[in-house]
This record gives sequence, structure tokens and C-alpha cells, in this order.
Amino acid sequence: MEEFTTSQIHSTLPLEGERGGGLLGRRLYGNLIFELSKKGRKGYSLPQDYDRTHTTAELPAALRRTEAARLPECDELTVVRHYTNLSHNNFGVNDGFYPLGSCTMKYNPVINEEIAAMRAFAALHPLQPAETCQGALEVYYNLQQSLAELAGLSEFTLNPCAGAHGELTGLMVIRAYHEATAPSHRTKVLIPDSAHGTNPASAAVCGLEVVEVKSLPDGTVDVDHLRELLSEIGPQVAAMMMTNPNTLGIFEPRVLEITKMVHEAGGLMYYDGANLNALLGECRPGDMGFDVMHINLHKTFSTPHGGGGPGSGPVGVRKGLEQFLPTPRVVMENKEIGKGEAPASSNSLIFTISHSQSAPLSVGSFFGNFGVMLKAYAYILSLGREHVKQVGPLATLNANYIKERLRDDYLLPIQGLCKHEVVFDGLVDKSTGVTTMDVAKRLLDYGYHAPTIYFPLLFHESLMIEPTENESKETIDAFIDVMHRIAQEAKTDPELVKTAPHNTPIGRVDDVLAAKQPVTTYWKSVESR
Amino acid sequence: MATFESGLRYSESHEYVRVEGEFGYIGISDYAQHALGNVVYVDMPEVDDEVTAGEEFGAVESVKAASDLIAPVSGTVVEVNEALEDEPELLNKDAFANWIIKVQLSDPAELDNLMDVEAYKAHCEN
Repeated sequence: MEEFTTSQIHSTLPLEGERGGGLLGRRLYGNLIFELSKKGRKGYSLPQDYDRTHTTAELPAALRRTEAARLPECDELTVVRHYTNLSHNNFGVNDGFYPLGSCTMKYNPVINEEIAAMRAFAALHPLQPAETCQGALEVYYNLQQSLAELAGLSEFTLNPCAGAHGELTGLMVIRAYHEATAPSHRTKVLIPDSAHGTNPASAAVCGLEVVEVKSLPDGTVDVDHLRELLSEIGPQVAAMMMTNPNTLGIFEPRVLEITKMVHEAGGLMYYDGANLNALLGECRPGDMGFDVMHINLHKTFSTPHGGGGPGSGPVGVRKGLEQFLPTPRVVMENKEIGKGEAPASSNSLIFTISHSQSAPLSVGSFFGNFGVMLKAYAYILSLGREHVKQVGPLATLNANYIKERLRDDYLLPIQGLCKHEVVFDGLVDKSTGVTTMDVAKRLLDYGYHAPTIYFPLLFHESLMIEPTENESKETIDAFIDVMHRIAQEAKTDPELVKTAPHNTPIGRVDDVLAAKQPVTTYWKSVESR
Repeated sequence: MATFESGLRYSESHEYVRVEGEFGYIGISDYAQHALGNVVYVDMPEVDDEVTAGEEFGAVESVKAASDLIAPVSGTVVEVNEALEDEPELLNKDAFANWIIKVQLSDPAELDNLMDVEAYKAHCEN
């Protein structure tokens, strides 16, 4: 590993005007780990015979390195300080308010983690015999059943590892259904123009063709346009994908009419569970006429979004479609025994793993992300049947409170009640040129995670706020005050907002340059210097 | 504020056609580039590809969003604006001067389905 001269390392002297001292002692460790490297320095000691026992001599020459990997060389304390300091630059739900619209950044209760970390669960191996893990299989089975009950559907698979994976799985189920029941040329999927980008992406990956359904000015599905499309291409429609409430946070009032129309045309209805939080326990997709859906456990069921995963995207189907679900699934052999009776003999298992041959669909290895399922199941049991019904109404109340208190300063394109999230179209007063991007960046200065911006695409300056049910009135009021203050700053000192953030480790990023000439590795950045 | 150029035909999805003889130069309007923000990539078809009115022929990607390009008219692509490959930001500099594709029109009657500048202006104000 090459050494670095101090001039390459970020300044460890105070910046001009930095009277507070700038946390210099810690700033040193904020350099890249490569920049902290010192030749020959190490934080490990290997056994004396390591080189003899870890030889590469038997590997073909073509597979052996010809030069050492360019790894940083640091002592353990430096590594620990570096990553600890790096973690301080992070912002999560545990740091503060995180109103990232469409993502349902709800609190991840500590009890979830405790349950998932229990040795009896954490030490399981996916290949161990069913008789040695009946408890885990019971949890797995109960979660399948609980989700089915909450969704108003018949059966769930827990195999998909994320929301988009669930979408793809659901569409594969739909395709398998059409192929098995009435082989036809149902290759088209109807998707509203307000949909999440994953919907058309999943349809395309599944080999289906996307047909866009227009929205009305109020953001809901244009049912007349849907009728027109169905009369034109009805026999080719495999399914319609819908999110309800939709991506604007508005409940689709004509959903029953829509599901009926699509069913009459021979298509199935797919429910994108991304916004399920608004309805949880109160109102069920199955009752609205949906046939297939996925649920994001990392949104609605309080499991972490962190680090890009792991997520979990269980897929449920209505009665009659169960045989198209992927396997493995956990099944209960004897429902009577499951009700607390002792097994008839020690040889008869209550829960078994089904690898049904008639459903050849497989969407991953083993059972999905079991640790995530444990957390979701803990959440469901923590709330219980009564309290689970309060999730949607409280999330909805919070969103509407924000909507009403911000509408004087932020342009509200759609009037009336929203559900769990509210979409503004930038500032009311755009005369100083302050954009939604600027408002979002300025929020970082005040210690808030930015809302979702520039989505949905129906408006030019979308600013999408989803508070979730977790936040107290005090938290929400403080956020509203800051939003008002930023609107004021946009009038009195627009430059301050346009050049934000000012208090973050990294200031305004040149996102055009980042998109056009991304520097993706450290060595590339060295070469470009 | 967005500018509007007269003499062109516009679609609801903000593409324009400048007709010269049997050819049409297709691009996105100044209003569209304003709405998209800084453009970082333009996905274009190849010469000899067929484009169909109302169907996608490429995409424009900005720092805010990726947006499909919808053909306002049908025809065969005879030229693509290769300058956009390296400098997609030309669309931000002058969307009307920097057309995206040149097509040989297969059905000039389709032009009647498009808007003139006054109608398009009104469409944008809505």
C-alpha cells in the first residue's frame, strides 16, 4: 500500500473562522481508510505457521495474484475510530425525524431485535431437519397466517427478499395462473402513470408489456381511460397493478369498480403493498378485490431498512391461486394439534416444509430472510389485534396535521384528506427561485432527514412527507416550525437555502458531475487527481 | 421561464417536430427541459429504426427523473443528434436548437393531431 503525504490528507488544522475548534481530533479519522494507511502497520497477528498452512502453491498460476491487493494498512484502534466516526455521519430513524415519503420509515422496536437475536432462532441452519426446529417453523407458519388475515387473502409465501422481488414473484404467479387456466396471450400489465417505478420495472423483468393508465387531475385513476383500454386490449391484459392509497397518498375511491372491470376482462388485480401502512388492520386489499399482493415487512411491519437490506417482501394470493405460489412453504399437518393438543406420537410433526412439485416456481434459496420475519412477527404480536388497527389512523392523522399546517407556505396541489403521506408541489412563493431540492438540502442543516423529492412525477416540484404513526405532536410541531422557517428564509435570504447544506460533513454535491462522471472507487479518485 | 417557438408542432408529452420537407426534427420543448432539470443522459434510437406516433423511442434522464420520449409522429430515423451522447446538457442550453432525432415522415397527416404553439402554451399553463 502506498503512503500518503499529509497534503493529500484532509486538513487537520482549523478552517478560517472556525472558532469552535472543529472537532479536529476526530476529523483526522474522518479521512478515508486508505488515507489513514501507513505501510507495515497492522492490527492482527497471525500464527507462526500461517504461511505454511495458507499456501496458494496448489492454485493454478492463472488464479494467483501477481501483485498484492492494495489494501489499507492500519492498526485496530485507527480502524475502530475511523468507522465509529463514519457512523456519526449517518442519519437513521434512531437519530431523528425521518419523513421520507413512500418509504414508511417507522421506528424499529428494540424487542424485535431481541427476539431475532435469540440463540434458538439465530443459530438455526436452513438445512436442519424439520423435527429439530418446530418452534421456528411455527413462527414462520403463524406469520404466513397473520399476513393472510391482515391482507384478507388466503395464503402467503415469505420467500421474496424485498418489495420489488415480491412484485416480480406476484407477477410470476399471475403469469403461471394464466398459462395454467386458459393459455392465451395475456402479456400486458396496466399500470397507473402515478405508480412506483418498480411496478413497470417488475413487469418488464417478468417479460410483460406495460400499458399506462392515465390519472385524473386529482391524482386518482382515470376510470374512463381504463375502460377504454380494456375495451381495446382486454383479452391481452394479464393484470393491473395498483397502489392504494396511491403514490399521492390518496385513497382510490373507485377501487371496487376498477377491480370489477379488470376481473370482467379476465385480468387479475395486483396490490402493491408499499402504502399498506395507511390501511393496516382497518381495510384489507383482499376485500377490495385484489388477487395478489406483496407486503414490505421493512415498511409496514417495522423491520429495518438499513444498509440496503435485508428486506422482506412476502406475497399473498386469494383463494384459488395458492398452488401457484413458490415453495418452500411451511404447512401445518394437523390443525387440531396446532391448537395446543400434544402430538399423537413423537413421530408426527406438526409443521413441515412443503416443496410441492406441482408449483415449480422458486424465487430464491431456502426460505427468505427469516431474521426479518421474526421481527415482523414480534411487531404483530406486540400490537395485537386491537392496536394494529390504530396504526393507519394515527399515520393518517399525522400526515393530515402536517398538510393543514404547511399549506400556507407549501403548494398543496390536491385538496381534501390524504392518507399516510402528503405531497406538496414546492413552495407557494417560487419568486426567488428556491426549489424543492433546496428546501430538502436546507432541512439537513436543521437535523432532519429530507422528505422524498421529485416523486411522484405528476408535479414538477414534488415534496412528499410521510411522518408515520410513531411521531409525537412535539416532534411534528418542531418539524413544521422548521419548514415555516425555511419558507421564510427562501424569501429573505434565498442564497442561504440555495447553497445548503452548510452544517453537514459534505456540502452541496454536484449531482450532474456525479451522474456523468462517477468516481466509484478510491483508486479512480487517486488517478483523477 | 420557459420559451416557446412558433412554427413547430407539439405533443401533449412535450415533444416537438420541426418539419422540413419530408423530414421531421424531433426534440423536447424548452418547457420540458425546464421541468426535467439538469439532463445527464439521452437514450436515443439508431439510424434506420422505425418510430411510431404515440410510442416510446428513447428516454431523457435528468438529476430528477428518467422520462420516456414519445414519438409525436411516425417515420424512419435518418439521423440522431450524436452531440447529445457526450453533451446531454445541450438540451438544457437550447432545447429547440438541439433536436434529438431526424425522421423521414411516413404519414405527414399525423401532424394535424399535434398542437401549434398557442395551443401548446395553453396546455403547459394547465
